[in-house]
Parts: sequence; structure tokens; C-alpha cells
Amino acid sequence: MSKERIKIAEELYDIMPAEYQDLVKRATYGNEQRGWKDIGNAKELIEEHSLCAGCPESMAFRYILASLPNPEDTVMVGSTGCTSLVFPHVAVHNIHSLFGNQNAIASGLKRALSVRFPDRVKDVVVLAGDGATVDIGLDMTLQAWFRQEKFTTICFDNELYANTGGQESGLMQKGFVAKMAPVGKSFEKVRLPEIARESGCHYVVNCTVSKPNLVEKVIKNAVHIAREIGPTYLQMYTPCILEIGKNSMEGLQEMRDSEKPSERFAYKEFVSEPAKELIAELAAKEKERKAEAKRQLASQTVAVG
Amino acid sequence: MTTTYRVMPGPEHFLPPSASSMGIRLPDPGQAHIHGSIVSEEEAMEQAAREFLAAKVPTIFPGPLVLWAWNEKAAKKAKAVRHLYETIKDSVDPKLQQAMLIPMPDYRPKYPKINPEIEINPNHPNLTIWHNKIDACMFVGVHCHQANLSLKIIRGGTSCYTVAMCAQAGHEDAMLSFRDATAEKIGRLADWVKKLKGTVPPPE
Repeated sequence: MSKERIKIAEELYDIMPAEYQDLVKRATYGNEQRGWKDIGNAKELIEEHSLCAGCPESMAFRYILASLPNPEDTVMVGSTGCTSLVFPHVAVHNIHSLFGNQNAIASGLKRALSVRFPDRVKDVVVLAGDGATVDIGLDMTLQAWFRQEKFTTICFDNELYANTGGQESGLMQKGFVAKMAPVGKSFEKVRLPEIARESGCHYVVNCTVSKPNLVEKVIKNAVHIAREIGPTYLQMYTPCILEIGKNSMEGLQEMRDSEKPSERFAYKEFVSEPAKELIAELAAKEKERKAEAKRQLASQTVAVG
Repeated sequence: MTTTYRVMPGPEHFLPPSASSMGIRLPDPGQAHIHGSIVSEEEAMEQAAREFLAAKVPTIFPGPLVLWAWNEKAAKKAKAVRHLYETIKDSVDPKLQQAMLIPMPDYRPKYPKINPEIEINPNHPNLTIWHNKIDACMFVGVHCHQANLSLKIIRGGTSCYTVAMCAQAGHEDAMLSFRDATAEKIGRLADWVKKLKGTVPPPE
């Protein structure tokens, strides 16, 4: 369906830069089984980016874009921060909102899309840092959840304002000393996943992005649940290696260390009852699809034999 | 309102005023403008063809509205744009002139840097103009706001002659602008180029 919509005009095909030709020929639009395993095999929906070498946020971006179930009909809403350096390079519709009001923008956008395209599935995904989600934009974040707006909120939690040099944020851990927070954080990290659950989110996950298959699973769940049932929230640890004094190759290990059972990013998941039913339904459909694919493969093998 | 302001090749200065703020008005259907003066469409066709034939590097910048086959109309326009380019290429002296067809596939700023040999970007169109030494160009299939932005930046920082083949009401900020562009209209411009071939002195 979507591949039919993104055709380069035949007469001007040869002058189109290679990255656009690649998007049409080798990207995974319209492929319902798209996922992180396409990275390296298919054209990614992210072109060059200007994040730091080894930045875990860039890994997270790649996994998320590879896992969106319906990228051609998805609009992402970003906010001020390092993520806004990446959005100009992604082949998914996106809006840069004012710092903090990303969930308010997404609310209006989702409603407008439902009116404008009643017969088409349109997903809205908010992607913002912890400052935008928890400090400056907490009002908009919570109000969207209270109203049961049907979109996914992803928070890239790097536990400080990394983009502006390391100021304290609500999601910073207690006692942490940052470049521009020299006395150390005096109160506990805000427990937003729990607040999200109490505010009406149907699917809440707290995790790191060290495991791409896990990121794929939670993104797909979150988008499907938001589409059918109500708000979903993912809090993902994407440490800023510069601000915590790590080298480029140490981001992955930092995430692994932080997801141990006793640590603050140990995997936590909340799924509401209706969301559980939907996940089970989706899993059953997936199982059936795989069985059907297997049957088809077997019949082809017999025919060839 | 009358004005003495004329939309001329630059470099005007770093931030040229928008032509509309200087009193330049858009043409009515069936008309065009040259340097801000309203003229008949045929007169503008002739002038645009002359500018292409006299330029060292006459260039067409097709934008997303024609680069992508959104619908049948867009595909037809793309065909017409290609035809115009081929016509200009065949009508200029290959020893002295080089016709170019450079796309504007995206409006977002390109990082870490744009490749000016293969594309143009509305946030810094002057880079492509400078790099390829383009002295006459035509925008077609570019959304209004991005075309205005490009045309102003080009007028501000380069001496390139700008033509807008606009599908809406035209562009004051171009030195020459058509309105209500169709594949047929682009074809007529190609006919003018063909007709004037050999009559316009090549650049020195």
C-alpha cells in the first residue's frame, strides 16, 4: 500500500540523490514484519545524524525507527534536546514542538488525524528527553494521560539536561553531581513510570536500550496499545556518555550495568487488563502468520522437489 | 500602489526585503511578471527562454511536487520538466554553456553538509548556485514558502537570474514568475527555447 504512494517520477529518477532512491527501493515501509533485524539489511529510516560517536540515544533512535509498525502513517512529535538534532534526518513525518508541550501537540494532532483520515490508521509517537517530559512538560504529559489520549510517549531518560551542559533534571538520581549541578541532586529520581500507571497509561515500561529485540517488542506493544486502547509510556535509559564521563565505547556497558535487578533501570512493565488481552490477540495473530508462512514454505519445497 | 522597486539579480544584500513589502504585486491569471512589472505570459516566456539561452549554466531546480509521482498531473509535469531541460541542453553551445537539472528533494537542512553537485536545499540554496556557477535558474514544483525562502537567499547573495514556474499565484521574489503552471505551460516554454535557439548571443 504505502510503497505505491512513494514513487519517484520516472523522468527525474536519475537525478534523485541516492538516499531517496534507496528509501524507495530498500526501505521497509509497508512491511508488517519490520523490526530491528532489518538494520544492516534494509535502508534505515534514519540518514546521517549529528549525535556524538557512541551515543546510546542514536542506538535507541535506530531501534525505534526500525520497530515502528506503521512508519509511513506515523507522525513523531519531538521536543528540544539532542533528539531534535536527529529528526531532520529521519524519513518519518515529524513535528518539533516547543520545549515541554509535545504531549499537548500530539493530543491535537492525533485527534485531527482521526478526523481527517477516519479510514486510515495513523499513529502518533512522542519522543522527548527527560527535561521535556518530566520537568518543563510534566503538565502536558500528565494531562494527555488523564484525558486518555491515544498515543505513545517515549522518554529518552539521560538523567540530566545533556544538550545544554549538564543541569539537574527531575529524573536525575539522588546525589548525582553534574557539571552544572555541583552540589548534587538533593531529592530522589521522580518515579514517572509509577505516576504514568496511576495516571491512566495502559502500558508502561522502564528499561534501557541495550537489547534491540526488547526495544522492538516494547515499541510495537506500546504503539498497538495506544492505537486501540489508550496512552502508553516508555522510559528508556539513554545515558549521555559525555555528561557522565564515559568514552564512546562505554555507553552499552553503562546501560547493562544500570539494568541489573537492583538498579534503577531494571526492566519494569505494567500492562492494564485490556492491554493484556490485546497483546495476547496480537501474539495469536503473529503465531498464525508464522504457521501460515511455514505451511507455504513447506508446500513450495514439495512443489520444487 | 506604485513602486520604483525592481526585482533584479543580486547580490542585493544579506537580508533583501521581500519584494511584496516593496510594493511588487502578483500577476493575474494569464499574466506573469518580469522584475516586478506585470506582462503577458507570452512576453515572459520569451524573456525566460532568452535568459536560459544567454546563461553559462542554465539550471532547473525541480522540487518535491514534481520529483515524486504523487498523481498523474505530477508525473506529467515531471515529464515536461525533463523535456524542457533536454531542450535547453540541445539549444545551448556545449563548449560555452552547461545546462543542469538539480533536484530539491528535501526542505530540511542537510547535515553535516549538503552535496551541492547533486542537490539544492532551500535553507542554503546559494551553496549550490555558487558551487556550480549557476547564472540562471528556474524553480518548479517547490512549495511556496520554501521557494520564497530560496529566491530571497539567492537574490541576497548571488547574481543568479531566478525564474519561478509556480503552480499557484506566482512569486514576487523571483525576477520572472509564471503562475498556474501546468505541464502544457512548461512545454510552451520549451517551445520558446527551441524557437529562439541560435538567435541569442552565447555568454562571453
